[in-house]
Amino acid sequence: MPYVPHSNRDREAMLAAIGLQSIAELFEDVPEQARFPNLDLPSALSEMEVRKELGILSSLNLTTTDYPSFLGAGASHHFVPAVVDALISRGEFYTAYTPYQPEISQGTLQAIFEYQTMICALTGMEISNASHYDGATATAEAVITAINAKRMKRRKIILSPFVHPEYRAVVRTYTQGMELTIVGDNDAGSDTEPESLDEMIDEETACVMLQYPDFLGRFEDLSYMAEAAHAAGALMVVVADPIALGMLKPPGEFGADIVVGEGQGLGAGLNFGGPYLGFFAAKKKYARKIAGRIVGQTVDTEGERGFVLTLSTREQHIRRERATSNICSNQGLVALAAAIYMAALGKCGMRQTAELCYHRAHYAARKIDELKGFTVLWDMPFFKEFTVRCPRPIQEINNYLLEKYGIIGGYDLGGAYTSLKDHMLLCVTEMNPRKEIDTLVEALREATS
Amino acid sequence: MTKQLIFEISRPGRCAATLPEVDVPLAKLPADMVREDLPLPEVSEPDLVRHYTHLSQMNYGVDIGFYPLGSCTMKYNPRINEEMARLPEFTHLHPYQPEETVQGALSLMYYLQEFLKEIGGFAALSLQPAAGAHGELTGVLMMRAYHLDRGDSQRDVILVPDSAHGTNPATTTMSGLRVVEIPSDERGNVSMAALKTACNKHGERLVGMMLTNPNTLGLFEERVEEIAALVHEHGGLMYGDGANMNALLGIARPGELGFDVLHYNLHKTFSTPHGGGGPGSGPVAASEQLADFLPTPIVALKFDESDEEEISFTFVEPSKSIGRVKAFYGHFSVMVRAYTYIRMLGSDGLQRAAEHAVLNANYLKEQLKEIYPLPYDRICMHEFVLAGPPDDIQDDGIHTMDVAKRLMDFGFHPPTVYFPLIVHEALMIEPTETESVEVLDKFFEALLSIAEEARANPDWLHQAPHDTPVRRLDEVQAARDLILRWTPDKENR
Repeated sequence: MPYVPHSNRDREAMLAAIGLQSIAELFEDVPEQARFPNLDLPSALSEMEVRKELGILSSLNLTTTDYPSFLGAGASHHFVPAVVDALISRGEFYTAYTPYQPEISQGTLQAIFEYQTMICALTGMEISNASHYDGATATAEAVITAINAKRMKRRKIILSPFVHPEYRAVVRTYTQGMELTIVGDNDAGSDTEPESLDEMIDEETACVMLQYPDFLGRFEDLSYMAEAAHAAGALMVVVADPIALGMLKPPGEFGADIVVGEGQGLGAGLNFGGPYLGFFAAKKKYARKIAGRIVGQTVDTEGERGFVLTLSTREQHIRRERATSNICSNQGLVALAAAIYMAALGKCGMRQTAELCYHRAHYAARKIDELKGFTVLWDMPFFKEFTVRCPRPIQEINNYLLEKYGIIGGYDLGGAYTSLKDHMLLCVTEMNPRKEIDTLVEALREATS
Repeated sequence: MTKQLIFEISRPGRCAATLPEVDVPLAKLPADMVREDLPLPEVSEPDLVRHYTHLSQMNYGVDIGFYPLGSCTMKYNPRINEEMARLPEFTHLHPYQPEETVQGALSLMYYLQEFLKEIGGFAALSLQPAAGAHGELTGVLMMRAYHLDRGDSQRDVILVPDSAHGTNPATTTMSGLRVVEIPSDERGNVSMAALKTACNKHGERLVGMMLTNPNTLGLFEERVEEIAALVHEHGGLMYGDGANMNALLGIARPGELGFDVLHYNLHKTFSTPHGGGGPGSGPVAASEQLADFLPTPIVALKFDESDEEEISFTFVEPSKSIGRVKAFYGHFSVMVRAYTYIRMLGSDGLQRAAEHAVLNANYLKEQLKEIYPLPYDRICMHEFVLAGPPDDIQDDGIHTMDVAKRLMDFGFHPPTVYFPLIVHEALMIEPTETESVEVLDKFFEALLSIAEEARANPDWLHQAPHDTPVRRLDEVQAARDLILRWTPDKENR
């Protein structure tokens, strides 16, 4: 039997020690008519058979390595150095539980302390927690933090329509029992610009939330929004792309109170949507209001530096129904991967990656803008993603790209924004060399000629 | 062993990554938006690898030894799971690729949904929740939505036993509902008398009850069907906290015991590694009446209109869905590991896993109860809870924490301590099925020696651990003088 070491002799000796005749006697508390159901599952396979079955199953997928991809929209193809997987594959890291016993968990704890430091550096914030499930749930937890920071007295949330549509959906799912008023994105199809959001901020507002760069890849100085929020006593929450922060001014410089985002680009790979990494950073004054695990520095009985989980009186296992969140497991190993990624690329590599994305995306945008029938929206500066108005329905274009050129095309914006029907969101990263971009341009030309 | 931080080995100009040259004409950078400084480490690749390898050596995992952390099911994590999760045809998939290009991934998700429905006895399932607590939030929001859909908008009470995981009451509050706590009886079950009183008092306002079975004492709720019937009679629903499903694989199906909705922990029951804190995965299963409220999307079969033999897989949205609980579809690579595990074991293997988890727990409990106080002396399921060190040494000021810390010197991970809250000085021990009798015997001997040491030299225990990378750490100082990141200007040593 796989993974169970007991021999018949072991079993008999153990049962005798308990004073029972058979294993079945261990289960007499279970209602008899429900006991030992027959589970209709496929029969067990040997390891070599399992390897074959999954080999066949996985071969039905087309990958972004074989098919150049220009999909972004919350997950993008970024370089993962070999050291990341090599190091997170050490059993000492990945077969550990949450570091409840710090004396034998210093590896995890120190790595998370380093992760927190690097997330603070990237976002320009003072504190970071040890992670959330993904960018969307970190966003929802930021809303709850803002509500709690305002002692539940302010119940209005202003959401930019250019925060990821799925993140906005998750905010609504999370808060459906909290009697909040969520405004700003109600007419997501319109051309509401973030500028008009500052006029919605009032004395009822707990926070205003923006994405940087936004869902369409655009960025701007958000200081005006922070000033408007703070003037009304509200918080500014920014959902940021950590890859862009390798080059762009961090939200902390604009006065953001909380910065969250999707850390998938920091070494997590694509993995068909998960596990990814929700990062969460804030001003220090919110340290006792935020959710999730936090690692802090301390000393042992001999005065040596060490690290522990701290401020746990905020958490569910201590505070129960008065906890700041119910979160328990987070994304420990993905946060470790992010720490290794950020340390591997470091000061120079993060900047170089961001600039590669920026220059290649702009090259692609210029080339596509020159094509007949295609128009790139240049209304604001953009980072690695940009919007293209296309002469044909996006799905038709994408089908053509895939069938004739083996290219996975862009994201169809028409689904989330009614005013952006026939608009495609293209994402160009350090993984798309010039040759791929030129092929894409050629394919788009052909697809519409 | 180095205890330097990565920032302390950083030297200007070093980099552990190589990137291609810019191969396109340069675009103008937006000067006023470019950051001035990026204070990240600068290290070489060999230094980086040594740093994190050293850190790993200061960690304890299942690969190193016995990890009887109660409620966490720290069973062995099979290597084949890791290999399958890393197949490039699974890892290099973008979540928004056209469905026809990811049929292998969708097929795996579909069959994993089917397997988990079958194991728990449920009608429908969503793989989207990211962890156990996330599954709880999903399930409780579904229960709330169910009542609202029926026009039952006054219902706002969730019953939670006093032995429950902290996530249960925290989830209730997050869902905008109220907790009413139900005490346990002298056998460690939910007190039926208290439950009846609560149901009568809150009947019209009852959303339902959250119940862990086996409960956190490791005991099977002997009157689970009666509990479910009572809650249902008052219009409430039964939420199953599946943290302890490892005891029930092939033993009983929660859907047949009266549960309406249940979350699994793939990172406990189905052998996916916990990663030092995550990622987990918390699929939620539902009965027929709650199926329409599951989060979106779930994977369904799609039949070709022209050719009925032609089947493919597609995402669908349940008709009354509570919405999305995270972006995309869930922790896909964790799903691959759990799928692999279920295929390796089959139904017999899953039942053997549960049986041996329970056998191991009872074997250890029967021996330990001779030395350590056992507050509920019954046949246990996959885990059991002791009431701290023997009474005479507790009187001498030796606490559960001292025993836990000293266990590290014997090469073991300590059990869960001080939980459940209803047991004074609780030591919660979950051996799992993947441990041999020799390991259990050694663990017993260690606890025996510790009890003897406590009598001979109590200070030795108070000062434990002695043989770990750091000695006992000052958690009070950590919470008082908050240092939550490294700063160059501060003396961090």
